[in-house]
Amino acid sequence: MRQAVNAVLRRDLRVETRTPQVVPGMALFSISAFVVFHFALQQRSVEGNLAAGVLWVTLLLAAVLGIARQFVADREEGGFEGFLLAPVDRTAMLVAKAASLFIFLVALELVAVPAFLLMLLGPSPVEVWRLLLALLLADLGIAFVGTLVGALAVQSRARDLLVPLLALPLLVPLLIGAVKLSAPVFGGPVAAARWPWVLALYDLVFGLVAYAVFDFLLED
Amino acid sequence: MTAILAADVTLPDNSGYVVAAYLVFLVLLLIYVGIMATKLSRFERELTELNELAEKQPETREAA
Amino acid sequence: MYGTRLRALSIATLLTLAGGFALAAFYAPEDADQGFMQKILYLHVPMAIVALCGFVFGAVCAIQHLRTGASRWDLRSYVAIHMSLIFGAGVLVTGSIWARASWGHWWVWDEPTLVSFLIVFLLYATYQPLRFSIEDRDKQSRYASVFAITAGAFVPLNFLAVRLAQTYTHPRVFATTDGGLEPRMKLAFYVCLLGMALLYATLWKYEMASKNTSAQIKALRRRLAGDEPPGPRRSAAPKLESA
Repeated sequence: MRQAVNAVLRRDLRVETRTPQVVPGMALFSISAFVVFHFALQQRSVEGNLAAGVLWVTLLLAAVLGIARQFVADREEGGFEGFLLAPVDRTAMLVAKAASLFIFLVALELVAVPAFLLMLLGPSPVEVWRLLLALLLADLGIAFVGTLVGALAVQSRARDLLVPLLALPLLVPLLIGAVKLSAPVFGGPVAAARWPWVLALYDLVFGLVAYAVFDFLLED
Repeated sequence: MTAILAADVTLPDNSGYVVAAYLVFLVLLLIYVGIMATKLSRFERELTELNELAEKQPETREAA
Repeated sequence: MYGTRLRALSIATLLTLAGGFALAAFYAPEDADQGFMQKILYLHVPMAIVALCGFVFGAVCAIQHLRTGASRWDLRSYVAIHMSLIFGAGVLVTGSIWARASWGHWWVWDEPTLVSFLIVFLLYATYQPLRFSIEDRDKQSRYASVFAITAGAFVPLNFLAVRLAQTYTHPRVFATTDGGLEPRMKLAFYVCLLGMALLYATLWKYEMASKNTSAQIKALRRRLAGDEPPGPRRSAAPKLESA
């Protein structure tokens, strides 16, 4: 099973590194979004809760872009059929896709978060570990939910519409947790100690749900 | 009629909102009943058509 | 199959719901904080609870559908979610009216249950478009079930997160109404809740019977006339495989 996961994961990563589409797209989107926020909010800098909100909304919307692209190549070029023919556990595709989405998100954040700190953030960030923890937990949750939603939507005719419509409500609890957890970094109020646990619970629940139902999405 | 008006006077303020909420519920329910009514009439229409078809078939079979 | 006991169920619903509303109107005392407006909650909260249970019921039916592959479970799931969505629309409207009555705005972010409900509603509103947009009948049913299960798991998480996110500038009204409910209020509330649950069950059965009948008529037509009835495909509902 690990071999299958590795194989699919390496393929996805290789495709992305050869013709970078998803990560540059997400990164460019984030930076454009920061510009848009600057003009929309009419503020030179943001801080506290507002800063956390701007950052996480941007990350979330960029992630939605990535989710929409995830399974398109598999669908159009027969990746699903090829995978189904191989004698491997179907969960391998879930793990591989979630892992690749996670990696893409980390790559995105390597660009977007410094950009945010440079462009929009007013005060210097403090207790950065909170932000890192929030990013880690959130990326995990987005990876699970995103893979599920991406697989659901890819078979439909309206997949560009469906992905944001499905993903955004599903990701709201994650957004709440991430914002609460990272707001102190930007000068916002200190969050209760429960938020990392809420995020972890979210990741656990959706990881289990994805594990339970993903097979049914691959049947032909 | 005056009894109803008198009742209105004795009801507390903002009762309009409470009434509105229950009315919304009632309207939703009645809309559903209306949709069901259209479905039922369509069923009746189709069933009479099918009954006619069913009666015609044995006749054509007899003729053939 | 679904038409049996429907009359008894309807009568039970009518009696319970009418009784519940009557209790709420005449028997239950006025709330100390909110006054007469609190009476909306005898309608709004039962609808919300029943709608949420309906979504979870839809998820359970979806699990059964994936396990057995029988299309009738898919239909049950579809109808359950459809009904809950309509109830949910009612919840949002009555909640909005209550918010206006209580705080003067047509929408408030301070009531966590209402906000959670909006999010859940937005999610389930994509259920039918999702079904419509997948053409293969088999895939459609399977994917819809996957969605129903995911969304069903999402509902409790969502309520937890939104409730925790509240900044407590307004006291949570449901806490004072639920926690501080007098026995007379409690009775009225529980009867309303039961009535609303019965209403959901009745309407669900009603809708199932209607879909069943429609499927049978179509099958009969196919046998007698050899053709499908004209007209565009009007609903996203799954078709039963057995006549």
